[in-house]
Amino acid sequence: MIHLQNIEKVYRTDTVETQALNSINLNVAKGEFLSIMGPSGCGKSTLLNIMGLLDEPTRGNISIGGNTAGHLNDKQLARFRNRAIGFIFQSYHLINDLRVLDNVELPLLYRKSSAKERKQLALEALEKVGLSNRTKHFPTQLSGGQKQRVAIARAIVGKPDIILADEPTGNLDSAMGNDVMDILVRLNKDEGTTIVMVTHDENMARKTHRLVRLFDGSQVQ
Amino acid sequence: MLKNYFKIAIAVLKRRKFFTFISLFGISFSLTIIMVLTAFSDHVVDASYPDAHRDRNLYVSMMRLTGEKHGFRQNGPPSFYFLDHYVKKMKAPEKVAICSFHKPSNTYINNKKLVIDQKFTDDAFWEVLDFRFLEGKPYTAQQISNAEKVTVISENLRKKYFGDVPSVVGRYLETDNVRYRVAGVVKSVPITQFLTYGDMYVPHTLAKKDPLDKGLNGEYFGILQGSSASSVPAMAAEYDDIIRRLPVDTSRFDKISSRADHYVAGYTRLFMGDQDNSGVNTLLLYTGLVLLFFLLLPTLNLVNINISRIMERSSEIAVRKAFGASSGTLAVQFIVENLILTVIGGLIGIILSVIILTAWNNAGLIEDVHLYLNVKVLAISLAVCLLFGLMSGVYPAWRMSRLHVVTALKTY
Repeated sequence: MIHLQNIEKVYRTDTVETQALNSINLNVAKGEFLSIMGPSGCGKSTLLNIMGLLDEPTRGNISIGGNTAGHLNDKQLARFRNRAIGFIFQSYHLINDLRVLDNVELPLLYRKSSAKERKQLALEALEKVGLSNRTKHFPTQLSGGQKQRVAIARAIVGKPDIILADEPTGNLDSAMGNDVMDILVRLNKDEGTTIVMVTHDENMARKTHRLVRLFDGSQVQ
Repeated sequence: MLKNYFKIAIAVLKRRKFFTFISLFGISFSLTIIMVLTAFSDHVVDASYPDAHRDRNLYVSMMRLTGEKHGFRQNGPPSFYFLDHYVKKMKAPEKVAICSFHKPSNTYINNKKLVIDQKFTDDAFWEVLDFRFLEGKPYTAQQISNAEKVTVISENLRKKYFGDVPSVVGRYLETDNVRYRVAGVVKSVPITQFLTYGDMYVPHTLAKKDPLDKGLNGEYFGILQGSSASSVPAMAAEYDDIIRRLPVDTSRFDKISSRADHYVAGYTRLFMGDQDNSGVNTLLLYTGLVLLFFLLLPTLNLVNINISRIMERSSEIAVRKAFGASSGTLAVQFIVENLILTVIGGLIGIILSVIILTAWNNAGLIEDVHLYLNVKVLAISLAVCLLFGLMSGVYPAWRMSRLHVVTALKTY
């Protein structure tokens, strides 16, 4: 599903050059639930951003579902992300000015779908994460766990093949974190969604199919 | 999609109320000024009572005599003699009216001084212009020829001089120690309609200026009326021909300049043009520069505010990009949001303009000048609104759409 070949990422300033990723070769199979672990600053989020086509590698190739990312322009990348990938962020990144339902509908705005269809799909997604009764709330009226569940609904509303989750339980207590993790496991199991998750939590990582460890930008496991 | 943009735009407006106030104030205040000025210029320039046929009229209001050798220069309105002797005989116009500029005269009512603006006219004046007679009728060519002391007065003067009485035709009015018999009363003309304004209209044969004076400069102007708008070029050409063939006092002057112009060009040639240049383009250029200045201030203000808002929306931009919005889509979103803001500002501006125009009309600062927010003014205002939105939205939108997703997510 996802093929990374000799991925390198170097951040340069006028005086300093930082090697964030070093020769990463990784294949993620369709339907796999992969977790990535490692100490802070080891390049986990950078790797996830590159997988999500939000960032470009300095060197190396990435292909997703047979599409080579380097060949796509801004518009094509945007369309590809919209169709194929759903994102979950540690800080939720919900739009506070929009109600829950509008937040969940957001990826569908960039497709040719009618308002009725958008609403229906968003309600289905919210039902899957158990938040059907919060559609008219604003994000600021929700708990952390509820916010992350809204973020999951937003990630799955467009029925993407891949979900990339950057420390989805990082800001939650263990009970809420377990709830969120259960939803992700269920998504992977029931709908065959490929999930790549960055986490600091060994317990969460144990619930996934495979664990990749990074250290100083290199893959060590 | 638009509904979503609208929700966001309203939420952003509510979020920073002080910035929103400054933005909306800038837009609405500038628009109000523009709309009130447009309404005023519309009132002055557009054909209106009683000069209703400006599309087929030409106006002669200036005659310039120059003597390059001796440095002589004589500028001013043409004389009655010139208009009567040369212009009246033109073939292209259907009718030619002659009238003077208004001149003040004094009278006393109940020991209170009343200044009455007099205008001297010929009989064609009443045919070329569409005066509405509230009572009576205009004086005739015969009465003019006989120098009868008759007058047509305005509705305002009737009220000021005679009070609230139903009819004054046949009654007498005295000003500058001359008694005139009232032949008719017309609906008043505002002073802004400079060429047709007057409190009382009297036969030109009663003017004190020597009727035998054959000079080319005087105190009159002519209105040439064609049968249709298409006859205007022929009238202008015939008039130019008359000026070319006009005998000149060669001991003092070597050149005569005068043009029969459209209404606006008649003014602009006087202040901004010359014989070959009507000055209309110069007026448009200056008007455009003033408009640009009025537009530029709130636009720069908006650009500044919009850019400062970019950072606080970086998370939203990043999320939209991550979920499939291209840079172009985001730029469009931001421009649309800005258009919504400017349209709201525009609506406030229109409401403010209506309030100001109503207050102006009720205050009666200039008699009989009623300003209206007509469709033309409204259309210009809305166009200005859209221009505001585009001008102030494009650059910030471009900056916003260039934000890098990962950087934007990290700054949140």
